[in-house]
Amino acid sequence: MFRYYLKLGTLSIRANPILSALMVAAIAIGIGACMTIMTVRHVMSGNPIEHKNDQLYHVQVDNWNPDDPYEDPDGAPVQVTYLDAKALFDAGRAFRQTTSFKTSRVIQPEGADARPFQEESRATTADFFTMFDVPFLYGSGWDRSADETLEQVIVLSRELNEKLFGGENSVGRTLMINDETFRVTGVVDTWNPVPKYYDVNNNPFEDPAQLFLPFSVAIAGNYDNSGNTSCWKPIPDGTGREGFLASECIWIQMWVELQNESAKQDYMTFLNAYVEEQKLIGRFPRPLNNHLRNPDEWMRYNEVVDDDVDVLLGLAVLFLVVCLLNTIGLLLAKAMRSAKNTSLRRALGASKAELFKQHVIEAGMIGVAGGLFGIVMTWFGLRGIENLYADYDFIQHLVRMDWSMVMLAVALAVVSALGAALYPTWRTCNITPASYLRLQ
Amino acid sequence: MEIGPIWRAMWQSKGGYLLIGLQIAVTMAIMVNAFAIMQERASKMGRPSGIDEANTFALASVAFKPDLDYQSLIREDLEMLRNTPGVINAVVTNSFPLRQGGWSEGLHREPGVGKSVSSSAIYFVDEHGLETFGMNLVDGENFTPAQVAWDSDSDDFWPATVIITQALAEDLFPDHEGSYVGNTFWFNDDNPANIVGVVERLQAPWPTWTGVERSMLVPLIRENEFSRYVIRTEPGRRDELMPQIEEMLSASNKERIIRSVETAADARKLAYLGDSSMISILTFVIGLLTAITGLGIVGLASFSVARRKRQIGIRRALGATKTAIVRYFMIENFIVSSIGIVTGAILAVALNIFMVQAFALTPLAWYVIPIAMVILWTVGQVAVAGPARRASNISPAIATRSS
Repeated sequence: MFRYYLKLGTLSIRANPILSALMVAAIAIGIGACMTIMTVRHVMSGNPIEHKNDQLYHVQVDNWNPDDPYEDPDGAPVQVTYLDAKALFDAGRAFRQTTSFKTSRVIQPEGADARPFQEESRATTADFFTMFDVPFLYGSGWDRSADETLEQVIVLSRELNEKLFGGENSVGRTLMINDETFRVTGVVDTWNPVPKYYDVNNNPFEDPAQLFLPFSVAIAGNYDNSGNTSCWKPIPDGTGREGFLASECIWIQMWVELQNESAKQDYMTFLNAYVEEQKLIGRFPRPLNNHLRNPDEWMRYNEVVDDDVDVLLGLAVLFLVVCLLNTIGLLLAKAMRSAKNTSLRRALGASKAELFKQHVIEAGMIGVAGGLFGIVMTWFGLRGIENLYADYDFIQHLVRMDWSMVMLAVALAVVSALGAALYPTWRTCNITPASYLRLQ
Repeated sequence: MEIGPIWRAMWQSKGGYLLIGLQIAVTMAIMVNAFAIMQERASKMGRPSGIDEANTFALASVAFKPDLDYQSLIREDLEMLRNTPGVINAVVTNSFPLRQGGWSEGLHREPGVGKSVSSSAIYFVDEHGLETFGMNLVDGENFTPAQVAWDSDSDDFWPATVIITQALAEDLFPDHEGSYVGNTFWFNDDNPANIVGVVERLQAPWPTWTGVERSMLVPLIRENEFSRYVIRTEPGRRDELMPQIEEMLSASNKERIIRSVETAADARKLAYLGDSSMISILTFVIGLLTAITGLGIVGLASFSVARRKRQIGIRRALGATKTAIVRYFMIENFIVSSIGIVTGAILAVALNIFMVQAFALTPLAWYVIPIAMVILWTVGQVAVAGPARRASNISPAIATRSS
């Protein structure tokens, strides 16, 4: 029977080509609009470190102004001071821990004509690479001992290694950076987490650092922070860099890896004790307000997904509703037009259930066609978005469709079409055959 | 008019009309809110930044050799820039409007670390800042060269004189009348700032910030490995001078690199990319939506005509004119559209109230609703015109045939 209904459906679609095309187009456009925005949202709200979501935690301690919270009503600062980064890192109470900040370095390639160039870099600690599962093409990160001994070592991105060493294994080679010599310990394989969860304070949607070097070396060398610095308490005049490092200014991202819930609780206890101890020497004037947030919570807390995307998603869903109302109206018109045919089938003995099946199958065919064209529309929609935001280098990473989105598009289309078919089909099934057969 | 009979006929098969009315209502809700968002974004983009955007560009000098004498480097650079033919003026600063990165400070009316009463973007400049940015000084005077200080390390040194924007002055001293020149506020617990001048307008570097009109000029040059130069050229000479100046600075000192060469116009484009794209997307959505609703009306009307062929024939045979038949369908559509549009207006307002709360959008202006109403009425009438004309061409003879 199913194949027979498929055949009937095909015949019916062929009998009303313009109308059927209109229905398929309406569903396709509705699905396309929805899926375009959903795809962008899906990528923006993704969690590239999902598999370690219950082990990684961003550290927040509240060292802010007693009269003026960092964020109303009682939000804790989103970065930490050097004082706290150093104290908490040196305490070493977590399974792994890393402190880092964004900095710009000038690389001086060898050769007389080679021009020096600047690269976005990250000053961080040895555990960064293991904590965030950074994949390596050659070598590895540096040892923890390098952090302590201020060893001048670096990890390069695949791209930078390509540029400097032609893509060959550069482990052990040296490089001049801001007139100092560094030794390469590893080359990162292609790694582009979207969003850039390890530092969402300084633009979550940008390429990751091209160069990694030890935090301790960066501090000793007075490397400038090229990310955000926020201060509330003045630094005493004339104290210079020392004064800045001893200040209440926040500018460092700190993450810890804690293997289970009890380790997390222990760490929280430790953090609270640390802050209480600091209160005794006059720091941390605000009430205890420490937080350990996992990557999911951290990205949500920082509202990584732009409001505009949600506004557009809302409008896109309404758009799909319009397209579906359109389809329901057209299906209904079609059903009414074929009322005679339906009545005849009823009179000849087809049950309501059989009629229902027949019409739902026909609607399903329109839905599948709409879904398939909807995927094509989504592709065009994403290219449109890519074009609009062409000046924004990172956009190509936000307009990628994966299989889950393709499946979702088809499912959405079929469900939409079947949903749209319900009312017209119900009306068809309830036709009184006699009223339509009289004239014949 | 035959509204009565038309209404009763519609009531007989209300399902279909209800659907098209609902479709028009949701279309209306989307259209009104999309218009409201577009209008908000367009007015945001229309705000002037306060600088001479068409003739301004910026570049950064990043020194990479340690122990460089930053002060003499900056002095040499500025002299070279200011003496370049075609350059009106140049200044070393930390940022400029629309750049989306900069420095802000909380401000106090009294000394001490309390809750700040206002906040402002900070532009560190010398006495050439005013002319380079092309600002309009409405009160007081420019900095004198003697007021400009050099700062060699990252301590918290603040000069005692500032030039602020009108908006900042009003925010800092809301009850003050007359000139703001001579008033004092505090940066931190012990750093007073005396207002020597007020400019009409100078935006902060962040166009999304609610306090975007609050900024100030501070007469300080920071001696640092990183310096940003903002250069204003004579009208029309920007594009010709940009590569020349970049090359000139690169060649003058090999112990630094020149990067981030960008025009103020590029910065504007990037700063408002989200807004301009939003406008494009919404325009496209409205167009598509109108087309779909229009086509839906065409489809349904065609059906309705096909189904009532015989009925129309009978009416024609009984003496109805072609115009009467066209009018019938036009009025029918007008009734459905009106119900949809009025429902849509209510839906639109409800949706807007929700969006204002959820996404902090500005509430819609009242006149957006009548505009959308007129558009949808027109679309409906145009869409139904074709099928209605076809209906009017149905031959009266059809009435004599059975079925």
